[in-house]
Amino acid sequence: METVKMQDVSVIDLPWKIEYQSDRCTMCGSCVATCTFNAIEAGVERRSVTVSTGHQPSPTQRHSAVPVIRQKASLTNACVGCGMCEKVCPNRAIRPIRNLDSRQNLLARTGGATIKRGGRTNLNSDRTLDKIIVGRISQMTDPALDSERHTFDILAPFGRVLSPKELPLAAVGNDLKLTTSTPPVNWIYPVIFSDMSIGALSTRAWEAIALATAYLNEKHNMPIRMCSGEGGMPVKLMQSEYLKYTILQIASGHFGWNRIIKAMPEMKVDPAGILIKIGQGAKPGDGGLLPAAKVAPHVQAIRGVPKADLMSPPNHQGLYSIEESVQKMFLSMNAAFKFRVPVAIKCAASATSVSVYNNLLRDPYKICGGFFLDGIQGGTGAANEVSLDHTGHPIVSKVRECYLAAVKQGSQGQIPLWAGGGVGLTGNAAADAFKLLCLGANGVFLGKMLIQLCGCIGNEQGRCNSCSTGKCPTGICTQDPHLVRRLDIDKAAQNIVDYMLALDAELKKLMAPIGNSTLPVGRSDALVTTDKAIADKLNIQYAC
Amino acid sequence: MCRIGAIKSKVPFHPSKALYLMLPQQEGHDNSGFAMVMQDLYGRFAEYKDKPLLSVACTQKGNKLIEDFMDNNNFNPVYEWIPNISKRPGLDIKAMPYYIFRAYDYPEHYADTTPEAKAELLLDIRLALRELLEKAGQGYVYSFWPDVLTLKEIGDPRDIAEYFGLWKETDELTAKNIVVQCRQNTNYDIVRYAAHPFFLQGYTLCANGENTFYTKNKEFQKSLHRGYIGFESDSQNFLYTLHYVLHELKWPIKYYKHVITPLPFAEITTRSDRAELTAIRQSLGHLEINGPNTIIAMLPSGDMMTCCDSKKLRPVVVGRDENTLAIASEVCGINTILPDRDKTLDIYPNEREVVLINERLEVERWKQ
Repeated sequence: METVKMQDVSVIDLPWKIEYQSDRCTMCGSCVATCTFNAIEAGVERRSVTVSTGHQPSPTQRHSAVPVIRQKASLTNACVGCGMCEKVCPNRAIRPIRNLDSRQNLLARTGGATIKRGGRTNLNSDRTLDKIIVGRISQMTDPALDSERHTFDILAPFGRVLSPKELPLAAVGNDLKLTTSTPPVNWIYPVIFSDMSIGALSTRAWEAIALATAYLNEKHNMPIRMCSGEGGMPVKLMQSEYLKYTILQIASGHFGWNRIIKAMPEMKVDPAGILIKIGQGAKPGDGGLLPAAKVAPHVQAIRGVPKADLMSPPNHQGLYSIEESVQKMFLSMNAAFKFRVPVAIKCAASATSVSVYNNLLRDPYKICGGFFLDGIQGGTGAANEVSLDHTGHPIVSKVRECYLAAVKQGSQGQIPLWAGGGVGLTGNAAADAFKLLCLGANGVFLGKMLIQLCGCIGNEQGRCNSCSTGKCPTGICTQDPHLVRRLDIDKAAQNIVDYMLALDAELKKLMAPIGNSTLPVGRSDALVTTDKAIADKLNIQYAC
Repeated sequence: MCRIGAIKSKVPFHPSKALYLMLPQQEGHDNSGFAMVMQDLYGRFAEYKDKPLLSVACTQKGNKLIEDFMDNNNFNPVYEWIPNISKRPGLDIKAMPYYIFRAYDYPEHYADTTPEAKAELLLDIRLALRELLEKAGQGYVYSFWPDVLTLKEIGDPRDIAEYFGLWKETDELTAKNIVVQCRQNTNYDIVRYAAHPFFLQGYTLCANGENTFYTKNKEFQKSLHRGYIGFESDSQNFLYTLHYVLHELKWPIKYYKHVITPLPFAEITTRSDRAELTAIRQSLGHLEINGPNTIIAMLPSGDMMTCCDSKKLRPVVVGRDENTLAIASEVCGINTILPDRDKTLDIYPNEREVVLINERLEVERWKQ
């Protein structure tokens, strides 16, 4: 008998337990080969079988050694519940089972290290959006539209919009003429593919999203824009016509910008916009984090860095203040593209978001072309779990507060509000987007959902969440040359395209009953909720 | 759906004509009120055209409040029309004790000021009077503007007309322009302020139908101008936007339609004025209207305009003879007052069209 010390880690301490049926197993080895976390292994177990075959009991005991698949009792090789073993097993002999008695949180901080993971918050998955209903349906005097027959203008502004009195319009006879230029505004689809970098994503996953973006634009006339993430872009893409579908991101690490700047003289078209990332909903107050495990040679090349943990600072560095440094960045980004490309800003939703938005609205230079608010339910490739689960701010009330702050000063719509962080968390992004629009957002951004459409199996109940390890079992969040081949780029892109076409049809299905052919931005009167507290907070109708 | 109408004539006419325009349109609705704005007045008011005319319904106490306020603000009454009220029992009218139609002289120190300054003063006075009466619960002030008279009341239009003696065609009270409506608010509470036509600084407007962008319009308009108040009806949005585009932004009238029902982006991009139209759509997105509706508006010049929603979910007709032109949401009303007109000249504006009628009854039509 082996000696077991009480402090030894055993399988029952881990968050997932492997359920294995040796009588179904043919020892083909598929499960072991597919497990990127090295959580299971082939081994040999003793069996002792007592058999009696005669008319009278005449028990005999047979001892044998049988080959089995078994789970490793190791924290570093803990099963994450990705279920790849179950997926590949031809005989349904193995599967992970959630272990409610896991002691992982108590054991995993060995050596004083914090727990790091990817994915979303696993503690705050309560959904305000599901408690809101589109409750104002046009009936008689105000007929509903026909979602199949009517035409709908499903477009949102990306860029700084001037107040009517600031428009440089002069009447020439019966016509108005613009006398000078106005800040650039691009009207795009109200759903942006959010900023996930090459590095956080495998090049193949990034390519799948870029492919879907181009396809939706070129074949379906849906002006979807994709944000590069902080990690640069392939030079060839920057030199191609397709750059126009991309929003370039600059974040506090400035990763990838050398390449972007060097590619600028070669650019045939302007990018769709610039997004300055200040913060991220999943880990507000923390900079980006790309663990060394994922800093493969091509990532080093694009970002111009050695193989090391790449930690973007928590804020943009400036001599005087973050405001000053962001202002400088705004000005230089605007100037870099000769004021033809709108520049927006992305912040983590926070108790202070309204103040930030007010500051931007009152900026005399009028150069902020969008306020992207990212809520606590946003995803990330890598973060400290304590940040993921315990910091952040729900997005719904924050967007509403920002919108109403603008309403109070008559400046709604001047800096378009884009909301993200949990949009599409339940798989129904059209309804989420619609409700956020009614509350005052101009558009939404999707991140995690896109990789879920590519095949990511992670969820908010602790499944997988291993984007930070470089061992992504679906080939999406890894740079391992073997693993990335698991992702079928075309199929992933096709899934995104299909989803977006359905989302477009579903948006129309929501716009038609409320009688609107253009986006219902600020139409809070169209919403009701059966939750009194939500009704009071969002200033929408309470219904029961 | 409200029935709305307007008559514009080269010769002054009596308000009974407006009633004849409206009553045939009553089928299918409740005829729950009567409201009209008369502009370019003749009869008793002919010689006071340049004097601001106050239109109020109030109590005795309200009348006193107004007299004191106007006196304190150096407005001296120069003429008052007192309607010959009929109090026949059984009339369906929720009458107020007092109706004031009183012309004033401007305060002396305003004698030489610009028309713009006077316009601001008149608005300030009306808003102050409204607040005064509202706080005291003593009445309603509808308009305070030279050469404009507003009458609104709740009840059956026939009985309201009898109450004010409007069936008796005299020369006492006539005008060249009347915008009229015969129904109280059916969506929300019946409030006198909710009855169209609405009036602001020379702009008059009535609209039927529904504006589903009411909330977003209202939230934006509230901060645009001190006169954009009330919002008792979603149709007030149309007036405030008209006032904002023409009076505040001073844009040519054709841009009103571009603001309330902007062209789809796909169409804008094909036009030579796409830069301007895009800029307008961007900056005035919150003034876009949606839902079914028809608009009839009268401008300070007396020009009238009509247009409808961009999906053509509400009708409107313009018919005319040599001296009179009528706009109505239903053609039967026009048939009654202009039976001998050439019906082939009737105009049924389409969803992108605007019809403008000037002082000489010349009709201008254009598509946005």
